[in-house]
Amino acid sequence: MNWQPGTVLELIEQTARTRSIVFDVPGWSRHRAGQHVDVRLTAEDGYQAQRSYSIASAPEDRHIELTVERIDDGEVSPFLADELLPGDEIELRGPIGGYFAWEEAPGTPVFLVGGGSGVVPLRAMLRHHRATGSTVPVRLLYSARSLEDVIYRDELTAADAGDVRLTLTRRQPAGWTGYGRRVDRELAAEVCWPEAERPLVYVCGPTGFVEAVAGALVKLGHDAARIRTERFGPTGGETP
Amino acid sequence: MTRITRGFHGRRRPDVDPARVPPGQYVTQDFPVLSAGPTPHGSLDSWSFTIRGQVDQPHTWTWDEFQALPHETVTRDIHCVTKWSKLDTVWTGVSLDTLLDGVETSAEYVTAFSDGGYTTNLPLEDLTGGRAWIAFSYDDEPLHPEHGGPARLLVPHLYFWKSAKWVRGLELQLEDEPGFWEGYGYHNYGDPWREQRYAGD
Repeated sequence: MNWQPGTVLELIEQTARTRSIVFDVPGWSRHRAGQHVDVRLTAEDGYQAQRSYSIASAPEDRHIELTVERIDDGEVSPFLADELLPGDEIELRGPIGGYFAWEEAPGTPVFLVGGGSGVVPLRAMLRHHRATGSTVPVRLLYSARSLEDVIYRDELTAADAGDVRLTLTRRQPAGWTGYGRRVDRELAAEVCWPEAERPLVYVCGPTGFVEAVAGALVKLGHDAARIRTERFGPTGGETP
Repeated sequence: MTRITRGFHGRRRPDVDPARVPPGQYVTQDFPVLSAGPTPHGSLDSWSFTIRGQVDQPHTWTWDEFQALPHETVTRDIHCVTKWSKLDTVWTGVSLDTLLDGVETSAEYVTAFSDGGYTTNLPLEDLTGGRAWIAFSYDDEPLHPEHGGPARLLVPHLYFWKSAKWVRGLELQLEDEPGFWEGYGYHNYGDPWREQRYAGD
């Protein structure tokens, strides 16, 4: 797998802390929804930094989109979120991974659970689901602190968004009819398909969030082997 | 060909000796958690560690038998393929040299297997010579389940996915077989100093 130059086509502010970067990467190998990519930045003196980011776009989308959350004391995310301009070029390598990926195929329902920027690979799966006209039932439960923190807000709240359920854990707007609490066992039981339907589950978010949600689903009787997880950040990180 | 990234200067850390950081890695103070599925929570009463496969007979230790083996405390740097490295991590465990002592085998390869179904493959040689442990303590505390407790393989000279969490045993093999991540395109050997992240690196 070689490093490939990607040219920034467009920058989309998603929330106060996140922005999407749309790249043109000539000759990019088609990815599977949920896979990630390595990014490499090189300073003038040759110093390099690498990080991994989930791919936010579906395989069917024309360009590769990443969505980056700014980590204030970070080295790479502040550059990507604040400094990058259209026309800039950075190096990409991928696609990488393959377990936390979903490809359209007849099967049991698919339950996606995202916390904060953990929604990014799940959004790729939703777009892939829509682009393929899949008849497999898919449902997203997305936990964010407030409506302002919801990434892809317009897309996920549009009339044709599909089965998307939001839970806003810190602040809910007036007249909010969605959920307003953390994803605990009760909420998981309410939103996920019953264990007897053997849903395939993808959970992505900060470590504490994923531990809580995956643990709750196992306690509800879901087969641990059908729960795929992707965690980021340290032990006991804040739960969105 | 490497391309300069316009406007990128990097944040080099003056407190980190660059000679200890493999290419493409950055040093973190955190201890990030990466696992493909839910964290298993088994009981120590039913825990055992087994060496099986190409052996005259399988060797199995219960938790108590395992704890009765000589312990070693080691300080090592660890390197995750997702780019973070953590320096001077302190582990206590049983050396694989101790566990493999007296095991007669013609095997050259090992598949480590874990609760939850995770596997990873290594050359048997890489588990010997004071280079690998079954660790049950991190930083003088029992190893937390999120980090692989009650016990995980510790092979710090390879990328950390080789240090299988929740390890329950080793299958000794004549032929090399890809483990879990190795089957998803990650490098078969995984030497961080040669930046062997993915197949073909």
